[in-house]
Amino acid sequence: MTALLSILVLVFILVAIWQMVKIFDLTQIGNSESNNQVATDSDNKINGYLMLGFLVFIYVITIICFVKFGDLPLMSNSASDHGPDIDRLMIISMIIIFFVQTITQFLLHYFAFKYRGEKGKKAVFFADNNKLEAVWTVIPVIVLAGLVISGLFTWTSVMNPDKGNDPLVVELYAQQFNWKARYAGEDNTLGKANVRLIDIDRANILGLDESDPNSDDDIITTELHLPVGKPVLFKMRSQDVLHSAYMPHFRAQMNCVPGMITQFSFTPTITTEDMRNTPEMLDKVANINTIRTQKSIALTAKGEDPLERYEFDYLLLCNKICGKSHYNMQMKIIVETQEEYDAWLKTQKVFKGSLISAN
Amino acid sequence: MAAHVEDTNAHEDGHGHHHKETFITKYIFSMDHKMIAKQYLITGTIMGVIGVLMSLLMRMQIAWPEEPNVIFKALLGKWAPDGVMDADIYLALVTIHGTIMIFFVLTAGLSGTFSNLLIPLQIGARDMASGFLNMVSYWLFFLSSIIMVSSFFVEAGPAAAGWTIYPPLSALPMAQGGSGMGMTLWLVSMAIFIASSLLGSLNYVVTVINLRTKGMSMTRLPLTIWAFFVTAIIGVVSFPVLLSAALLLIMDRSFGTSFFLSDIFIQGEVLHYQGGSPVLFEHLFWFLGHPEVYIVLLPALGITSEIIATNSRKPIFGYRAMVASIIAIAFLSTIVWGHHMFISGMNPFLGSVFTFTTLLIAIPSAVKSFNYITTLWKGNLQMNPAMLFSIGLVSTFITGGLTGIILGDSALDINVHDTYFVVAHFHLVMGISALYGMFAGIYHWFPKMFGRMLNKKLGYIHFWVTAVCAYGVFFPMHFIGMAGLPRRYYTNSNFPLFDDLANVNVVITIFALIGGVFQLVFLYNMFSSIFFGKKAVQNPWKSNTMEWTTPVEHVHGNWPGEIPEVHRWAYDYSKPGHDSDFVLQTTPMYEGEEELQH
Repeated sequence: MTALLSILVLVFILVAIWQMVKIFDLTQIGNSESNNQVATDSDNKINGYLMLGFLVFIYVITIICFVKFGDLPLMSNSASDHGPDIDRLMIISMIIIFFVQTITQFLLHYFAFKYRGEKGKKAVFFADNNKLEAVWTVIPVIVLAGLVISGLFTWTSVMNPDKGNDPLVVELYAQQFNWKARYAGEDNTLGKANVRLIDIDRANILGLDESDPNSDDDIITTELHLPVGKPVLFKMRSQDVLHSAYMPHFRAQMNCVPGMITQFSFTPTITTEDMRNTPEMLDKVANINTIRTQKSIALTAKGEDPLERYEFDYLLLCNKICGKSHYNMQMKIIVETQEEYDAWLKTQKVFKGSLISAN
Repeated sequence: MAAHVEDTNAHEDGHGHHHKETFITKYIFSMDHKMIAKQYLITGTIMGVIGVLMSLLMRMQIAWPEEPNVIFKALLGKWAPDGVMDADIYLALVTIHGTIMIFFVLTAGLSGTFSNLLIPLQIGARDMASGFLNMVSYWLFFLSSIIMVSSFFVEAGPAAAGWTIYPPLSALPMAQGGSGMGMTLWLVSMAIFIASSLLGSLNYVVTVINLRTKGMSMTRLPLTIWAFFVTAIIGVVSFPVLLSAALLLIMDRSFGTSFFLSDIFIQGEVLHYQGGSPVLFEHLFWFLGHPEVYIVLLPALGITSEIIATNSRKPIFGYRAMVASIIAIAFLSTIVWGHHMFISGMNPFLGSVFTFTTLLIAIPSAVKSFNYITTLWKGNLQMNPAMLFSIGLVSTFITGGLTGIILGDSALDINVHDTYFVVAHFHLVMGISALYGMFAGIYHWFPKMFGRMLNKKLGYIHFWVTAVCAYGVFFPMHFIGMAGLPRRYYTNSNFPLFDDLANVNVVITIFALIGGVFQLVFLYNMFSSIFFGKKAVQNPWKSNTMEWTTPVEHVHGNWPGEIPEVHRWAYDYSKPGHDSDFVLQTTPMYEGEEELQH
């Protein structure tokens, strides 16, 4: 039935277009010149003005987007030590883009308006100019050289952080469709592990090597707690397909690849508590809760449960297509003071002795 | 001087009288490049309708997640029980939309149509070097299209691992429903598609090198031909690598090899794979995948160059620079694939190298953009629909291209990788731009293909609505990407963090729906004009290139008599010393006239 209705709607639209065309044609009888489907002076004029209008449209949509969404928290207030470097580079790039975009779109659409065709006008024969060509080769070269150099410095410092300051080693373990974290414990060395050692019956879910003494004090958790101000070295592992550990607030992302250990390192600089209390975040959360309250009203009217109030938390998201529930593969990240972190860690079970003994 | 190829006797005999044409040899198994171009166009258009429809389904799901929708129910059947879309089919739509649009519409539909139509006509050849290979190429493409579409009708659904089909997700049927029969069909379809593409590309390269008419030196080629020629070369260089990746993946899937797989525990069991690496697949895939972007884009830029020059009544500015930048882009495109893999676990040093090469591409791209703008300067712009789409292409090419300097910068890519920022970027710079190029080409060469004109009023409506909707869809999308929203999420409702973006997604979807529905205007215009359009004159746009010296009614062998000789480049528009504002390439130089040194 719906299929039939859709087809009917489609047919009606086509009929409508056909009728409109007929009307256009009828209004042009006797005007042979405009009837050969090649643009006339009046077409040039109308479309020239529309080009100008379109330029305004591009500017307006740019302004609306920047005003409404330009302060999205991911453009500023990053929560890691390298975050501000990336944000600065991002802002510089955005300014350059904005500048070039504004000027080139202006030239393009303004020329399209200004030089719209008229009968009898002759275009200027202007085929080549080496100086001009040189100008717009050299300017991008200089701008890009600047961007490449500062980009590479940032990239190198993010990917090769100072090894000297004894980072906290944490494994991020990905599987369809959840995350686990493994802390290295007192020795700060992760025990050996391999998916071939996984034994679900004995609850060895990450495939740790029991014979490796380093694994004895490892701690496996389903929440990621990090002490503020301490460098963390993440070792990523996946047991099944590609996943990507995306921690947007920390400007951190690395793929998790089966058969390979990847790594990423950063230092969290703002605790969850402090982040929740920044003015931007208070605004954002208030805004989200207004939206959720409105939705809840609609939901309760339908007899469903209302949405919970939202409270900000850092998140680890999966950002590489990994299967059916990819859209819901997440883990909460809590950044806290060293004392809070130590207290939390004490409540967690160490690996040694956690396995169910084989019968 | 150009290679001058005499018509062979066999050729000479062939025109008009020698072989009898039946319906089947004329319309179905045709070896005539003009008919094959039309076949590509029609098939590409049908695939385009399917691809766009899929994107609209996805957009509706993103805007109104988990809400019953009669359209889902009608179109998706068992994949939308009670009208609520299934998460698996969402990923399948993502995958097949990407595959169809990139390969079947913007590679085969665009290159296949216009390379076939224009290469022989614009270089002055009777047909392609091998009409037979050309026919085989089309029919392989047709077969691969049928297989790709048919994958929607298998039990566990079509391939759903993204158009990049990264293993292990694509390799293991237990990882995802779509990785069973659906992925097999995907791989088979793509293998056939690649064979088709290679036959086509080899034909284009050989034809351009060998079959140019007398006087048609390489430096007198229209930029369309340069673009098609270079595109075909990149295709020949990079498509075989994808084929090898596909074959190795088939081996891993069916014969137990471990090229891309290692250490996998899934569904409660350890698999035997050992020693392979998914990163290897990523390298192989993107070695095609990135050049593919330019295989899609360069023909569109070539078409645009031709149309902007013709409709500005001015020579294209900086012909040599345009050719050089096409070649530079083509060369660079083969050494930048790693920018898709900054955070794949590849050595960070390689990331630095690929950042450098990637940002280099911005230079020839900037040169091209400025040259287009300068071509408009002090022109006498004829605002035909093809011209509007060409200007639109330059606009989206700039907007989309500029954000490339963020994505190509490895440090910045960390945070926007695989977010909607990327979706916005590549849709504008290659999706919309190439689509505009294709539309521009259709509006411009429709009279050559079908002997009739498209309705210009409908063309104007089509362009302006499409242009507004394209920006309406993809401009705000950059911002939700910068807010950290990952792409390929079936719904965002599990992340209250993104609740404030829901409204933007609704706006984007509304623009997408309007833009999608208005493509019906184009479809109506195209299909009705084939039969009822106004009869075209020989050279409706007063263009210089050789295709307009052929008769409106197609003849086998293109020119009824001798192939005319070429005396000048393609861009003598409004040249001082001529009465008319265009001079056909076949017009001899008058005494004392100077050809531009190019």
